[in-house]
Formats: sequence, structure tokens, C-alpha cells
Amino acid sequence: MHGLEFDIAHFLAGGMVVVSFLLLYQDRVYTLLNTFALHSLVLALAVGWQAYIQEAHHLYVTAGIALLFKAIVIPMALRRIVRQLGIHRTLEVVGGVGRDMLAGTALVALAIMVMLPVTAGADALAREDLAFALAVLLLGLLLMVNRHNAISLVIGFMSLENGLVLAAAGARGMPLAVEISVAFSVLIALIVIGVFLFRIRERFDSVDMQAMDTFREGRRK
Amino acid sequence: MIVATPLKITQALAGSRIDRTIESRFTLMRPDPPPRGSPRASGIRFSRMLLPLLLGLPLVLLAGGVYAVVASRRPESGRRIHGAALAVCLLLLALALGYLLARDSPLELALPLGLPWLGMHFRLDALSAFFLIVVNLGGAITSLFALGYGQHERAPERVLPFFPTFLAGMNWVVLADDAFSFLFAWEFMSLGSWALVMAHHQEPANARAGYLYLVMAFFGTLALLLAFGLLAGPAGGYDFAAMRAAQITPGRSALVLVLALLGAGSKAGLVPLHVWLPLAHPAAPSHVSALMSGVMTKVAVYGFIRIVFDLLGEPVLWWWGGVVLAAGGVTAVLGVLYALMQHDLKRLLAYHTVENIGIIFIGLGLALAFQANLLYFNAALALSAALFHVLNHSLFKSLLFLGSGAVLTATGERDMERLGGLIHRMPQTALAFLVGSAAISALPPLNGFVSEWMTFQAILNSPELPQWLLKFLVPAVGALLALSAALAATCFVKAFGITFLGRPRSPAAAQARETDRYSLAAMFVLAGLCLLAGILPGLVVDGLAPVVALLNGGARLVDQYNQPWLTLVPVGALKSSYNGLLVMLFMALAAFAAALLIHRFASAVARRGPAWDCGFPDASPATQYTAGSFAQPIRRVFGTLVFQARERVTMPPPGDQRAARLDVELHDPVWERAYAPIAAAVIALSTRFNYLQYLTIRHYLSLVFGALVVLLLGMALWR
Amino acid sequence: MAMTEYFVQGCHMLLVLLLAPLLTGWVRWVKARLLRRRGPSPLQPYRDLVKLLRKDVVLADSASWLFRAAPYLVFAALWVAAALVPTFAGGLPFMWAADLIAIVALLGTARFFLALAGLDVGTSFGGIGSSREMMIASLAEPAMLMMVFTLSLLAGTTELSSVARFMLTAAVGLRVSLALALLALTIVAIAENARIPVDNPATHLELTMVHEAMVLEYSGRHLALIELGASLKLLLYLSLIACIFAPWGMAGAGAGLKAYLFGGMVYAAKLAFGGLLLALFETSIAKMRVFRVDQFLGAALMLGLLGALLLFVSRSL
Repeated sequence: MHGLEFDIAHFLAGGMVVVSFLLLYQDRVYTLLNTFALHSLVLALAVGWQAYIQEAHHLYVTAGIALLFKAIVIPMALRRIVRQLGIHRTLEVVGGVGRDMLAGTALVALAIMVMLPVTAGADALAREDLAFALAVLLLGLLLMVNRHNAISLVIGFMSLENGLVLAAAGARGMPLAVEISVAFSVLIALIVIGVFLFRIRERFDSVDMQAMDTFREGRRK
Repeated sequence: MIVATPLKITQALAGSRIDRTIESRFTLMRPDPPPRGSPRASGIRFSRMLLPLLLGLPLVLLAGGVYAVVASRRPESGRRIHGAALAVCLLLLALALGYLLARDSPLELALPLGLPWLGMHFRLDALSAFFLIVVNLGGAITSLFALGYGQHERAPERVLPFFPTFLAGMNWVVLADDAFSFLFAWEFMSLGSWALVMAHHQEPANARAGYLYLVMAFFGTLALLLAFGLLAGPAGGYDFAAMRAAQITPGRSALVLVLALLGAGSKAGLVPLHVWLPLAHPAAPSHVSALMSGVMTKVAVYGFIRIVFDLLGEPVLWWWGGVVLAAGGVTAVLGVLYALMQHDLKRLLAYHTVENIGIIFIGLGLALAFQANLLYFNAALALSAALFHVLNHSLFKSLLFLGSGAVLTATGERDMERLGGLIHRMPQTALAFLVGSAAISALPPLNGFVSEWMTFQAILNSPELPQWLLKFLVPAVGALLALSAALAATCFVKAFGITFLGRPRSPAAAQARETDRYSLAAMFVLAGLCLLAGILPGLVVDGLAPVVALLNGGARLVDQYNQPWLTLVPVGALKSSYNGLLVMLFMALAAFAAALLIHRFASAVARRGPAWDCGFPDASPATQYTAGSFAQPIRRVFGTLVFQARERVTMPPPGDQRAARLDVELHDPVWERAYAPIAAAVIALSTRFNYLQYLTIRHYLSLVFGALVVLLLGMALWR
Repeated sequence: MAMTEYFVQGCHMLLVLLLAPLLTGWVRWVKARLLRRRGPSPLQPYRDLVKLLRKDVVLADSASWLFRAAPYLVFAALWVAAALVPTFAGGLPFMWAADLIAIVALLGTARFFLALAGLDVGTSFGGIGSSREMMIASLAEPAMLMMVFTLSLLAGTTELSSVARFMLTAAVGLRVSLALALLALTIVAIAENARIPVDNPATHLELTMVHEAMVLEYSGRHLALIELGASLKLLLYLSLIACIFAPWGMAGAGAGLKAYLFGGMVYAAKLAFGGLLLALFETSIAKMRVFRVDQFLGAALMLGLLGALLLFVSRSL
């Protein structure tokens, strides 16, 4: 496996990191959703390409699931929720995008620095995939930590899960059954989160996590 | 009399270059290499005389200082002293330059002075010669400037005795060859400059600056003293030759590196040790500010290079480079951001010195990292870049401080918010200051660009470094360097634009007069040198070659003088090249051709009228952009992160007579996080121990007794 | 042989100078068509330049010599910079005089003097333009240098002709770093040329002004030079993108006349396509607030840095 095959795999996996970065850059809810759809699309392509070059057919299913659910169904569902909650005009103004991106770059460097020396013996593509997957995971966590809006939390969580799928596909390990169950659990998580968002909204009149925090502080006193 | 650092050649070297390096090393190691073209015998006699001459000439300066104590109130004494300083510095400059160009072997001299078992050792090698050039070039130019500028001095008796002393101290520092003479000269330099900072001590700000400077200077000297102590080891070999020969453990050498970084860094202005610098440098008279900022910081860099590259020697550990690089990168960006927030012209310049020190340390850090991995040609590139920047910064920072001095004498103002429009009243000063501003902003075809370009090329060679941390650190530092270069341009658009352009913001600025001809001559010499070093960088790099070879186990850059069109090709033709001469020629041709053609064939008419300003008539000068408003976008973009900058607009309700206000709040992160807690702790401790001042005699006696017993007990138990 | 090379070099310098207004006119024309306006002919910038050149200059009372010298300096720096980027042929006799870093710095020289000229007359508009231009540049320039870093890590040189030659070889491959570098360079190009999401080249409204505010006081031949300089800068960036990311069809050093002609045609096609894309992009996006620009450019800087970092991954495997 070398030459163009490797290049395309590298390009797609790296593209995931880049799109994760773009997620950090978004400060509007709809563009965040669109970017997440793009994230999942790139994931589907990356996994599909892995399936092709590894000749591992079950990965096609994984790619299909990513494409169907994560790139189409979940963003559309979230978009509906956002519209029904009426928070599509909410702006994220936490900390500043610049600081997030700086931290993101540092995290990517960290991911590479941790992964490459550890996996020194492994195959080049797997090493790279693991490093990128860790970077995507860390960026997802960063998104979850640094955003107040509940929708951003959901997106951060989902992009983190995309990172896991990327790692699994690159490491040629995850059995299909596990993959499918993970996909469904994510879907159920989405439904649960959606229901909860409405409940939260009914109760507190906001989905801003900070507002809820202040409420909790108030009750503790 | 030769440093015998082991010759190391790596697999990375190209074959032909190895030969040349070995050749050059061997010429270096021959006992008495014949200088090019000159007869051998006279060469020996000359070199035997050279070092005593270099040591003795500063004594003339010292004599000048003594004379000044006696005669400083006489009006002609200032002229005499500055004239003498000019002559001495020029002579020293010529001697050092001659030595460096002849690529002579090191000279040594031991005098039976100082500590009886040690004596005083002095030594002239390529490194000292290069820094002698920097010191005396700065000294000569500032003396020339002071011939005119000194006439305006309010209290000459506070400046004249110390100016030559300060110069002499700096000369001796770079020649010293044992710890005692080094520290002695270092303190001489520190105290001389401290006295000059305190020249106008009636102003409370200056007194505070002097106090802080004194504290930091003593801290720095202490760190250096400890570093020398570690280098000397238990045997106490305090002359540098013994230190070079001594082998010390890696742990100790790491400690020496940290101490050198603290000691030299506090004098040079590395963040977070820079706090005294922007207060003390502007407090002195302007030509002294130029010396302190342009030259004394370089002497501090010399100290660092001497200790780390020369005395510490092998083996270099890779993380040293990382530490120095990180310190340099942070210093560069923070320095320029601090500078951007200033509206006092001289303080802006002083903060900007911090940035340039950062750039120099980036070069040195890269060199250390390369040396640690035996990549000596890359190290040579990084070292050349750092040393080139040392020279460049001494040129343009002196020029800019002299320019600010000219502005200060013409208007009595340092606050940029009260200046403006000086280009009409002081066109020549403005031109010189413009050249300095463009040079320090790293714009081609001037000299600042060349050294930053070389630093970049060194950074671009970093993938050859095997350590992961360095692989990531170096690009990050590259980003910081690029950021600081871009911000420096912003900073100097602000400094020049607000001070010299626009319309006068105060009556003093409106009535400014062009400065005297000595000052102008000094500034134009520096501006010319900035241009020359920018368009003929290859010659400078060749001049630096022996210094680099000395510090780098013999490896240096290939000769540049025989490149076609005097192009700078430091890393081989395939890599990259830069030719300042051609760039300047093309620019000049394009500009002149355009001007000529347009004036000849299109239109040459120019009418004067009121400014258009989108149809807004008769705007008062107060509507111009000020220094604060110019920096506002930068303050919003970077300031919120670094300085926690907050802007608060207070708009009174309609009908209220009060003016609207815009308050800007800035925090100095270094001062508040590092120094304020220390100061608070010191004060808390001293108040706690304050009661010791009011004890009875019996209590004092029992204290002494108790201390004695505890000490004895300690000794008994420790045995 | 050598003489023909110098001749080609001269032709190249004249070509960029003459082509620059056409490119600007082309972009304007396409934009007008996209907005369903008829729009002025693509040759209109030439007419504007001639008109401006023949008009008198009206200088503000408070303008100094710097204000009069700046247009020539700015023009000279931009012309030299544009002439150093390979267009239809690489490896011309003087192209090694400055590498990519020096070209970036030459752009910096032009910007420096233009910003000073903005401050010279002492009006608030000039100040606002200068200050914002420098803020934008202080982020765009490092982003650009990070892109240079990525390229240099790949190609082992910062010399543009060699980079272009390297990009044609198979050793390049498909790399995320290159995509990131392209993205960063595009963002920088948009910002530096005062194009739409950052600045609007077609307005004189206070709130959208950066570049235009800075040159507000200029008139006559000075304004003509500055406009020509702006066109040269746009040409430079498009040539740069074409030279690095689409170097196909470029004639090598010492190629024959036929190769040069072919290279010229391919170059014209690339420029036309680039202008088309720019116009499309500009009509499909809204302008940003000024204090959103720093995030936009900060993203470019971070993407550039990320590109360099990712390159280490693929290189060290």
C-alpha cells in the first residue's frame, strides 16, 4: 500500500482533523450543524476508502452508517430541534475563537507527539490514522468543554465519536456488530438528548449551560 | 593559545565543505598564521601590541571620566570628553575590525592585578573582536551625537563622568578572560549605566527605575557568579581557560545554562526578566539610552554566548536549545506587544529591544539545538543569523534612540500623543528615523530583513532535528517569529507615523526645530550602515565567519564574497538565496522610471488644498488618530488575551454636560504574576521581622547566643 | 543565450505590469455579470489609469514629502515583488534575487509606506485605514509565512521556481498539508487584496473601509500608481497560487519561443479562471465585521501552522 492509495487515505484522515478545526471556528448554530455534516461525510469517505484498500467489506457498512445517520439524519434532526427551540440565532461568544484554535493546534501537536513514538513499530497508515483520530477526539472534547450551548455539546460529542470510528477503521479491528451497536447507541443518545433539550428548555427557558450553572449555584445557597 | 574544542564532522556534511572547514581550522590552529598579504614579522609585532592597546585605550576613557568630575561645570569639557570618547572608540573599532578581518589567532595577557592567586586575564579572540566592534561602533556614534546633544544637558556633571566609564566597562567585559575580571567589568558597566539612569533622579519615575535596575542588576550578577562558581568546580579554576578544559557533569552544566540564562537574560531583557529595562533605558539621556539599548544588551548576549557556547562546551544537550528557543519566542512576541501598547516614544523603543533580544535568542537556541545533534552547518547558519542580528539591532536601535533624543531636544516631549507633524519641521531627522523604522521592521532591502531571513532559513532546516519536542517547538517558534516581525512593522508605523506624520498635536511640536549637525551626522552614519549591511549582507556574513567557526567547532558558512552579484546564499544554491543589492536596484529603477515617465509624459502638476477627509472641513488636529487609537485593533485582537485589556465607554445621558470617556484598562501579566507576589512577600516578611528592630539588649544577646548554638549544633549533626 | 534570457526577463516584468489592470477589469466585469448588470468593459481600468495620470494632483496642506514619495515606493516594491513570481516561465535570470520570504517582505515594504502615507495628512480616515490595515497584516503575514514553511518543508527550498518544479514531480503526492497551505494562502490573498469578506474594494463607506480609507487623500497620478499597485498585488497573489498549486505548462529556464508562448497562454487561462473564482466567491458571501476579520485570519494562521505540523506526521513515517 503506497503511492496514491496511501495519499488518499492520508488526505481523508487529515481532512477529518481539518474539519474538526472548522467546527471550532463556527460560532453559529446552523453552520456548526453543516460543518458537522461535512465532518461525517469526510468520515464516511475515509472509512469507505479504508474498506477499499484493506478489502474489508464490513467497513463499507460502517461507512454507509456514517453517511446515512451522521451526515444526513442526525444533522437534519438537530436542525429541526434547533428550529423548534428557536435557538438558531444564538451566537456562541465563549472565550473567543482565536483562543480555541490556538488550543486546538496545541492539541493536534500533542496527539501527534503522543501517538507516533508509541506506535513506532506499526504500519504507517495505521499510525497516522491513530494520531489523527486522537486529534479529532481531543478537538471534540475541546469543543464540548469550551462551549456553553447544549447543541454545541452534542456536536462535540458526536465529532468525538467520529474520531473513535476513524481509529477503529484504521486499526482494522472493530467487528461489525460492535460498530452497528455503537451507531445505534449514538442514535438513541441523540433522541434522549433531544427529549432532554426540550425538557430543559421547558424548565429553564434556555439551553445555555451557563445559565443552568447559575441556577444550580443559586439553589445550593 | 588555542581553544581545543574537539573537531566534529558529521555525516551530514558535504564532502567538499569538510575539506574547506578542516583547512580553515588548521589555519586557525597554526601558531602564527600570516595575515593575508602582510609581512610575517610586522604581523607578530602588531599582534603583540594589540591586546595591551585594546586594554589601555579604555583607560583613556576612564581618565576622561576623572577629568569630568573635576571640570564638568566648564562648558567646553563636554565637547572635550565626547570628542576624546569618539576618537578612542574609533581607534578601538579600527583595531578590532583589523583583527577580525585578519582572522588572527587569539591573543592572551595576564596582569598581576586583582585577586592575588588569580590575577587578571584578558584575551582577544574573534568573538571578543566582534563584540568590540559592536560596542565601539555604538560608542563612537553616540559620542558623535553627544557632541551636539550634550549641549542641551541640564546637569552635565551627572552625565559626563559616567559616560566614558560606562564605555570602558563594556570594553573590558568583552576582553575579560577570567571570572573575576569579567564580573568586575560587568559591575563596572552596570554601575556606570545605573549612574546614568539616575542622572535626572529628581523625577520620581527615574528614581524608581534606578532602584529596580539596581535590584535586577545585582540579581543578574549573582546568577552569573553562581554560574562561574559551578564552572570553576571545587578546584577553583576561575580563569576561562581552566573552565574550558574542565569537564562538568550534565546536571551541573544544565544548572550553568539556567544561571547564564538568568544572569545574562536579566541584563539583556529576556521575558520575564525584562521589567527594569523599559523603565531604566528611557530614563537616561538619549545617547545613553542608545548605548544601553543598542549596545549593553549586546554585551549581555556576549556573556551568554561566552558562557554557554565557549566555556560550557561539549556535550550540548538537545533540550537546552528548546529552553532557549522557547524563551526567545515568548520574549519576541511579548516584547513587541508591550511596545505596541506604549505611547511614550522612548519606552516603546525600549520595549522593542526586548523583542529583538528574543529574536537573537531564537537564533542562539536554534544553534544550540543543531549543535546538540551535531548538525554543525545548520548551527553555523543559526549562529550567523543571531550575530548578524546583534550587529543590526545595535545599528538601528541606536539610530532610533538618537532620533528620539533629537525629538526630545526639539520639543521637550516623549509622549507621542503630544507630538506629530515633525516631518515638516525636522525633515532630516525624520528621514533617518524612517530608515531606522523600516530597518527594524525587517523590510527589504535594509539590514533587519537579512538577519530575520537567515533566522527563517535556519528554522526551515529544522526538520533534520530528531527530537519530537523540537520538531514541534521550532515551527511554533517560527510562527511566533513571523508574528513578531509583522507586529514590529505595525509598531513602527505607529512610532513613526504618530510622531513625525500628521499634524502637530501640541504647540511644542508645532514649533520644533531641526536638530544640530553632529546629531544628524551620527544618525545618518547609522542609517547608511543599515542600508549597507542590508544590500551587502554577504560581506557581513564573511566577517562573522571566524566568530561562527570559533563557537561552532570550526564549521562555518561558505564564503559569500565570491558569489555572483554578491548574493547571499547561505545554504547552497538549490535552497534559497537573497540579493538585497539587486532588490534595491530594481526598486530604485522602477520608482525612478515611473516618476520620470509620469512627470515627462503625463502630468507633473501638484496643487495644494485643504485635506479632503470625506468632505469634513477644518478638522482639528485632535481628530487625528492617536497612538492609543492606532493600537486599538491590535489591543482588541491580542491585548484581551495577553494584557486582559478592557475598554469601557462612559457615555453621559443626553443633556448631561460631562464629556464622554473611553477608559482602557491593561494589566501587565509578568509584573502582576511574577514580581508583585515577590514584592508582597518581601514586604510581608519585613513587616513581620520589623519587631526585631525594637528589642532590648538582652534579647539581642540571646538571639546571638541562640544563633551560635544552633550553628554549632548544625555543624555537630552534619558531620 | 544569456541575452535572450534577459530579454525574456524584461518581457516578464512588462507583462505583469500590463496584464494587472486587465485582471482587475476582468474580475469586475465577471462580478457585474453575476449581479446581472452589464458592467464596464474589462479594459476600463486602463482608461481609468490614463485619466488619473493626466489629472493634476491635489495635495492636502499638511501633506509631506513622504506622502508624495510613497506611491512611487509602493508601486516599485509591488512591481518588483510581482515580477519575481514565475508566471509563464520559471528560472528567469533574476528570480533567485529574492525567494518567497523576500517577496512576502517586499509586500510588507509596500504596506508599510502606504500605511505611513495614510497617517501623513492627519485625518481620522487615513488613521483608521492604516491602523486596520496593519492589524490585518499582522495576522496575514505570519499566516503567509507558515504557508511558506509548509512548502519549504516539502520542497526543501523557498525559491519559487524550484518549488514550482518540485510540485510537478510525483514526490509531492496528495497531502493535507498542501490543502491547508492552499486554504491559508487563499484567505491571506483575500485579506491582503482587500476583497469582500474582509474589505470591500468598491465602497467608500466609512464602516467597510480599510484599504480605501488609507488612500482617501490621494488623487491624480499618485492615485493611479496606487491603483496600479493594487492590481499588481492581485495579479501577484493569483500568479503565486497558480505557480505553487497549478504549475502546469510553465516553461523552464532557457526554453524555446514555442514553450514560452504556450506557457503564456496557459498562464492567461489560469488567471482568467482564478479571476472567475474570485468573482464567484465575492458575490456569494457577505462582508464581515472588522473584528471578525482577526478570527478569519487567525484561522488562516492556525491552519498554516497545522499544515506544518501535519507534514511532520507524514514525513516521519
